[in-house]
Amino acid sequence: MIKSQRINVFQYVPFLRGVLRSRLFQPVLTISTLFFFTLAIVTGLFGTPVGNRNFGIVFVWIVWWGLLIILLVPFLGRLWCAACPIPVPGEWLQRRGIINRRKGRLSTLRWKFPKRLRNMWLQNFGFLGVAIFSAIILTRPEVSAWLLLGFSLIGIILSILYENRVFCRYVCPVGGFIGLYSLMSPVEVRVQDPQVCATHTPKDCIIGNEYAYGCPWMVFPGTLERNTYCGMCMECIKACPKNNVVINLRPVGSDLMVAKERRLDEAYKAFIMLACALLYSVVLLGPWGWLKQWANMDTLPHWLAYAGVFLLANLLLLPGLFTLTALLSQRLGRIQLPLRQLVTDYAYTLVPLGLTAWIAFSFSLVFTNGSYALGVLSDPFGWGWNLFGTTESTWMPFGSALIPFLQTGILTTGMLFAVNTAYKIAGQHTPNPRQALRGMLPVTGFIMSITFAFLWLYLG
Amino acid sequence: MNRFQQLVRWTYPRWVILMGIILAIGVMTFPIPQITDPQTRYITLDARQFEFAPHRIHINKGDRVIINFTASDVVHGFYLDGYGIQARVEPGVTKQIEFSAERTGKFRYRCSVSCGSLHPFMIGELVVGPNEPFWRAIALVIIGLFTLLTYRFLTKGTSYEYPTLGASPA
Repeated sequence: MIKSQRINVFQYVPFLRGVLRSRLFQPVLTISTLFFFTLAIVTGLFGTPVGNRNFGIVFVWIVWWGLLIILLVPFLGRLWCAACPIPVPGEWLQRRGIINRRKGRLSTLRWKFPKRLRNMWLQNFGFLGVAIFSAIILTRPEVSAWLLLGFSLIGIILSILYENRVFCRYVCPVGGFIGLYSLMSPVEVRVQDPQVCATHTPKDCIIGNEYAYGCPWMVFPGTLERNTYCGMCMECIKACPKNNVVINLRPVGSDLMVAKERRLDEAYKAFIMLACALLYSVVLLGPWGWLKQWANMDTLPHWLAYAGVFLLANLLLLPGLFTLTALLSQRLGRIQLPLRQLVTDYAYTLVPLGLTAWIAFSFSLVFTNGSYALGVLSDPFGWGWNLFGTTESTWMPFGSALIPFLQTGILTTGMLFAVNTAYKIAGQHTPNPRQALRGMLPVTGFIMSITFAFLWLYLG
Repeated sequence: MNRFQQLVRWTYPRWVILMGIILAIGVMTFPIPQITDPQTRYITLDARQFEFAPHRIHINKGDRVIINFTASDVVHGFYLDGYGIQARVEPGVTKQIEFSAERTGKFRYRCSVSCGSLHPFMIGELVVGPNEPFWRAIALVIIGLFTLLTYRFLTKGTSYEYPTLGASPA
């Protein structure tokens, strides 16, 4: 059944296996992004404080963000994590090399990462911690630079203490939502035949061999069923002596139906991301100046009130409303499942909705402000340079008349996908289709209300 | 069961999707008549870091709009999405902006002159009624939802295949 719904890309593009098996693949990506990352930090620290004239702001929060959420995550899942520059210095330190596989174990202090933190909670709180300062981070080059530098330093410290990519797997606030939304991606790294892995020893993909390191994400590809924790670094493709690891194309959102790995920390990530998309749309894209000032910390009491409401909405209000919805669903559908489990399961319906909400938000942000990129390309520090002759290019929103239609289309698609997912999840809880339909109705109402809220904010 | 019956059986629930698509196209293209007479609207719009006052303006399609645009603190700009109108104003000066509201919907007006940290988010809203795009979007969502639920209702006997290895009903 799996093979009938999967297309092995290597069968149709054979040279791709060679590209991904090359030890140059990841370093080429990371060295390229590291160059821009370093430039973003340096321009942030030493360039103009005017955000829309500074490379650090424009290329990180408009260009990179747009590429990430509109293209990379929906279509290629976690591929960004393979190219991400943040953990790279730490990884190079661990490996004592950049390209070739060095013999011996990783060079770390070999501490054990606490078991209770081996989940998404740190990423959830990390994201919220960044989100409440977002109006400042998105507009102040220096603050943005210190944040990026801070991420990189944390990555280095964790790489010294622990083996592998502990930072990416358990700490990175960006990695958390990329992982969750990569459940939607039509691309996956999987084994062709799990039986081959079950019987094969040693497990080269875990411990590594002369060609590759063991999985830096601490995942066993042989039993991998979801994209969430696969960083697509392709080490397993390099390591597998049986050529059993492949890249598949698959139906969008397949991972949402993997019932056995659903967890509350991931469910909360879905709540937080959806609530943040809604709140960002109100604060940053809305017309309420006083709210922007509060988020911008015009006075400390204002900001504290803003942060309090922001956190309350993320941690209590939206999850609370969703819990009531799940309770109603439990009663209507006569579903024999603990409420906590039902809330967790149904929360995955918010993954397509959240992803499309973020895309809709980003259409507005990126298309409106994207033209700043031309200017900062020629003058990254805002010092009056004109490297490519584009410094004097004027700000001009792109496709501003088209944006509402794109937002309507993407939000409607996300809503329908979410409702269909709700039906499938309800079907996993009861064999009776009529009960499943009844059970999904409250969740459908919740999803529809959220969609209406976004439509009102963007079009109403 | 002959081939024709098989075809009818296969296509039966899918007609719902086709009907939904036709209905959606109808709703998106159905002309909405103008119900108000065009007027001339005089609006005083003040820009200050990082908001416009008023932050939301309601007018109707066909209205002639005359905006007296001022700035309270620093130099600000005005750019109207969808209409492409631009202006720049310095404190103490009033700039007049005139246009006819020929397109319905919500259009954001933005500061187009870098005016401080939150400049990219300095936004106001002009709603030109009747707000067709919004109501059409709402109708689209309802039709989509109704179509999906009806389709699911009609195919409720169909067994659902779990697409991923290891997934099973809880």
